Amino acid sequence: MLKGGVIMDVVTAKQAKIAEAAGASAVMALERVPSDIRAQGGVARMSDPQLIKDIQKAVSIPVMAKIRIGHTMEARILEALGVDFIDESEVLTPADPFDHVQKSGFNIPFVCGATTLGEAFRRIAEGACMIRTKGEAGTGNVIEAVRHLKLIRGQIAGLKSMSLAQLKSFAKQERVPLELVQDVRKAQRLPVVTFVAGGIATPADAALLMELGAEGVFVGSGIFKSRDPKRMARAIVQATTHYKDPKKVMEVSTGLGAAMVGLEIANLQTKMQERGV
Amino acid sequence: MVVGVLAFQGDFAEHIAVLHSLHVPALEVRSLEDLAKVDALILPGGESTVISKFLEESGVGKEIRRRALTPLPPLPARTERVRSGGPRGEGEKGKLILYGTCAGAILLSKKGTGKNCPRTLGLIDVTIDRNAYGSQAESFEAKLSVKGLKDKIDTAFIRAPKITKIGREVEVLSSHEGVPVLVRQGNILIGTFHPEVRGNTKIHELFLKMTTE
Repeated sequence: MLKGGVIMDVVTAKQAKIAEAAGASAVMALERVPSDIRAQGGVARMSDPQLIKDIQKAVSIPVMAKIRIGHTMEARILEALGVDFIDESEVLTPADPFDHVQKSGFNIPFVCGATTLGEAFRRIAEGACMIRTKGEAGTGNVIEAVRHLKLIRGQIAGLKSMSLAQLKSFAKQERVPLELVQDVRKAQRLPVVTFVAGGIATPADAALLMELGAEGVFVGSGIFKSRDPKRMARAIVQATTHYKDPKKVMEVSTGLGAAMVGLEIANLQTKMQERGV
Repeated sequence: MVVGVLAFQGDFAEHIAVLHSLHVPALEVRSLEDLAKVDALILPGGESTVISKFLEESGVGKEIRRRALTPLPPLPARTERVRSGGPRGEGEKGKLILYGTCAGAILLSKKGTGKNCPRTLGLIDVTIDRNAYGSQAESFEAKLSVKGLKDKIDTAFIRAPKITKIGREVEVLSSHEGVPVLVRQGNILIGTFHPEVRGNTKIHELFLKMTTE
């Protein structure tokens, strides 16, 4: 049960232990954090299974791992490894220009990124059990995660005022089942857990997104690219829980040392959020 | 009567929703001040390692333990509390009434086993094995008969713990494949499954009944 928690990117078993000790509710095992993928370039792929095994051995909280968009075979490998969640992620270089993985054919739950409600619907229709905003990974810039969360929530609210004909045309335009659209219109929320990801670098960022309605937070480069990862990890966990208490968020934000270096979205060569919509 | 739901991490929102659907005043509990306002408390599912850390750091764990074990204060003090709008209507001898699901069940148990199992509050005479059913993929759903309920209820076991030993004082209210999954001892109820995920209210009703005994 991940809700209300923080899921942290880790690249070694040692980092995984630090994350668990700081109160992470899950870890994401990967070879390079997004900011390094951005800086070093090249094709980013699924991690070596050995690395994931080492991390599974090191911690008792759920272990997630990433696959390239549409790479069904990487997904099968992670399924064979018995990871707890598969993240079909735009942070890695996409493998299939046409399709995402048909996730309903797996017994491991999938988490997928989305920038809009239509995108979230498509991933859920494919079988995703958890949605996260894409944000813009590896930038330490929270604006895109805020944008995606507000867009998705705003579009859900917007469904209320649509007529049946409008709902049908929305479903057709977004290539998603009408039934799913109608269910979400009625429930006024996605049928799956909705987290935020992409650019979260400080406790205040995490608290801001919780305040905006996120059900939990992914932190990628933000922890292990900060000056004091142990403290940053703890502080983000505290801020995610106590987001309604600014005094508490102030306390955990005090004297944390430098957060990761941030990037301006307009200057980016690669926008990961545009991959696999 | 106010029912609190421990809201450090986990699916506390679902429990609040169930309580609201039963027209019970519910409160998210994240601090000692919050805890002071409630007569009963639900410890939800989540990651037991995470919740346990918060319980320790905030002092809330210690206070739960104290109130779960301490009978009602003498009459004058009680009148004072009632007048000041403080807790009232606590159940069995005025002890805090507790219900733990999944991770919450681990935290209320006397002893937790399994990899990196966090320290527990030790309030119910149960030994429990964390994540005994395996990874997320091994999660399952089951229809269960529960003592005191007429109809079977739908439940979900998500990375569930397994009760491996119970004390003599512990009453088994429901079992799945021979393993106890819902048990009670005095003012404490624990279950290894999630009734709240399906919006089922029956177990919560059972719990609320404990507050009026």
